[in-house]
Amino acid sequence: MSAFLERLREWQAAAVERLPPWWNRALAGALIVVGIVLPFFFPADSGFMNGTIIAVAYAVMSLGLNIVVGFAGLLDLGYVAFFALGAYSLGWLGSGFFFKLHIHVLVSPVAGTLQGVHLNFVLILIAAALICAAAGTVIGLPTLRLRGDYIAIVTLAFGEIIATLAVNGQSIPVGGGMTLTAGNLGISAVDAPYFPGIGSFSLLNLRPWYWLIFGILLLVLFVNLRLRDSRLGRAWVALREDEVAAVSMGIPLVKTKLLAYSVGAAFGGMAGAFFGTYYTEVNASQFAFGFSIFILAMVIIGGIGSIWGALVGGLVLGYINNYLIPDVLNDLPSHFGLHFQLTQVEFGIFGLLLVIMMLLRPQGLVPERRRKLELTAKITAEDAQLAEAPTGEVTVILPPGEEQA
Amino acid sequence: MSAAEGPVPPAGPAPSALLAPAVLRAERVTKEFGGLRAVDDVSVDLPEHSIVSLIGPNGAGKTTLFNMLTGLYRPTQGRIVLGDRDITRSRPDVITGYGVARTFQNIRLFGGMTAVENVMIGHHARMRAGLFGSIFRPPRVRREERATRERARELLAYVGLSRTVFDRLAAQLSYGDQRRVELARALAAEPSVLLLDEPTAGMNPRESAELTAFMRRLRDEKQLTILLIEHDMKVVMGVSERVTVLDHGRKIAEGEPAVVRTDPRVIEAYLGKQD
Repeated sequence: MSAFLERLREWQAAAVERLPPWWNRALAGALIVVGIVLPFFFPADSGFMNGTIIAVAYAVMSLGLNIVVGFAGLLDLGYVAFFALGAYSLGWLGSGFFFKLHIHVLVSPVAGTLQGVHLNFVLILIAAALICAAAGTVIGLPTLRLRGDYIAIVTLAFGEIIATLAVNGQSIPVGGGMTLTAGNLGISAVDAPYFPGIGSFSLLNLRPWYWLIFGILLLVLFVNLRLRDSRLGRAWVALREDEVAAVSMGIPLVKTKLLAYSVGAAFGGMAGAFFGTYYTEVNASQFAFGFSIFILAMVIIGGIGSIWGALVGGLVLGYINNYLIPDVLNDLPSHFGLHFQLTQVEFGIFGLLLVIMMLLRPQGLVPERRRKLELTAKITAEDAQLAEAPTGEVTVILPPGEEQA
Repeated sequence: MSAAEGPVPPAGPAPSALLAPAVLRAERVTKEFGGLRAVDDVSVDLPEHSIVSLIGPNGAGKTTLFNMLTGLYRPTQGRIVLGDRDITRSRPDVITGYGVARTFQNIRLFGGMTAVENVMIGHHARMRAGLFGSIFRPPRVRREERATRERARELLAYVGLSRTVFDRLAAQLSYGDQRRVELARALAAEPSVLLLDEPTAGMNPRESAELTAFMRRLRDEKQLTILLIEHDMKVVMGVSERVTVLDHGRKIAEGEPAVVRTDPRVIEAYLGKQD
């Protein structure tokens, strides 16, 4: 068996070597074309299209979180906060929620007559990215002196704070009888995206929605790829691998980490804004802690730090969650005489998937080159350093109390 | 009265007249960890284009002093001056930007990055590309990336790394090669002062001799000032213009290698007291 796998690997390597240098670009181009024409093969309002749209939006979030967790190595358990802030950006800037205001920018003729703030979806997208980038900086600041598990705790709390704020926002006045959020009632009747010449999107035809989120995905992918092979991307990896060495080589710790948080958050916000309009409401009940874990699971199953991994992880879990379980396999237990539906145990299924992944393929579906080495060759530079390094070598980074720990 | 006269002049013997003015100077620095004084009132200065060695038994405070010079530790007392700039409270990355680079006693390479990438990290402070430059890659950024990569390769060749392993991950390199990459990474920061923490650790005598010659070459070709922590007396005596000896956090001797070698306090620190 293993000999066979070895042969397969050799063949694969040989095949890759024979490919022309433009092969990568050609493949990328072909995939983009497939992505664009995909909706024509399915009914415009099918469950599959719905599942695809959500899966692609998940992939956007997964790619965003991958920058924080994968590139920079900062375990973020509160990513749902940016989903929430992005969705609220849409609720605030693209609905009649702030009913005392009358602001309209490049919106459909119908929305142009309504009260409230109505901005074009592209503007909302940019606003959501900026708001979340700022929020990402805010969440980043208290974690700068922390490492590993402690970062996770702080970010988790941040996610909970935002979620609680979303629920209780209906009691927070912002003037003129208006409130910050609509809590669990939800901000409803949000604007559908509108583009001059195309018109408003409708949930009866999901294709434009798909192309919109597919465009966002391409944008996010592009940014991810560019950042990975850049001065900033290298700095993130360096900080992840060895903070002390990285700062000693001239990498500014605060700025570099905060940039990771804010870029990752901006993508989460863009996906959040899209979900806000796609789900046609912004409801505080959407922003549960479990969602942070769900996005993290996408990154892990895909392969931490790997861009293609985050993409695949987001798509796979998105499809399982929004198409396979509810539309295809939901009645499976009843065929075995069991009285429950699969949607009732979906988190159990994801937990099981994660466990199976960790046992069979801990490096993820599409592992990153660096991580792959760490896991397979069993040489981890970090471990070697943990064993060797005198404890508490750094005061600037560790709080004073930990120096001699 | 004395406050008006400015900082207290550093204790210890006056620097030899042959030596140039100091580029990096620690003035009566002390570092306390809780009750422990790891470094106690130590002054060191590095004359321009010299090689100064820092020696002393294990736990003497040599690496702690290094960490203060590079900003990883903040001195409890005293100050650190680079040129005419007080860097006592500067961040490590800023100090690197001012031109102080270092290597580590236990090699601290980025194991998951290639040799070339490691060296490119060293050049970080000299690069300009920010977030949007990295995303949009205007010609300026492309040029900078290409130049940095080429320079990294040149430096790796300069420190004697074989071209065949340039793109291998640092964790997969041999010990000696890892030392070379770490040196190249420090050089990529274009320092004027280079701090080497036990660079010959784990080397055989021939390799140590080569490195000794290389350090002199570095000083002359790259116009560097080098501070060296070293245990190998052959290296210390062969290369340094001046030696500073620490023991239990205190400076117990300082001067030319030949003089320091015969200093009874130094012998005592290393061999113990003879009764």
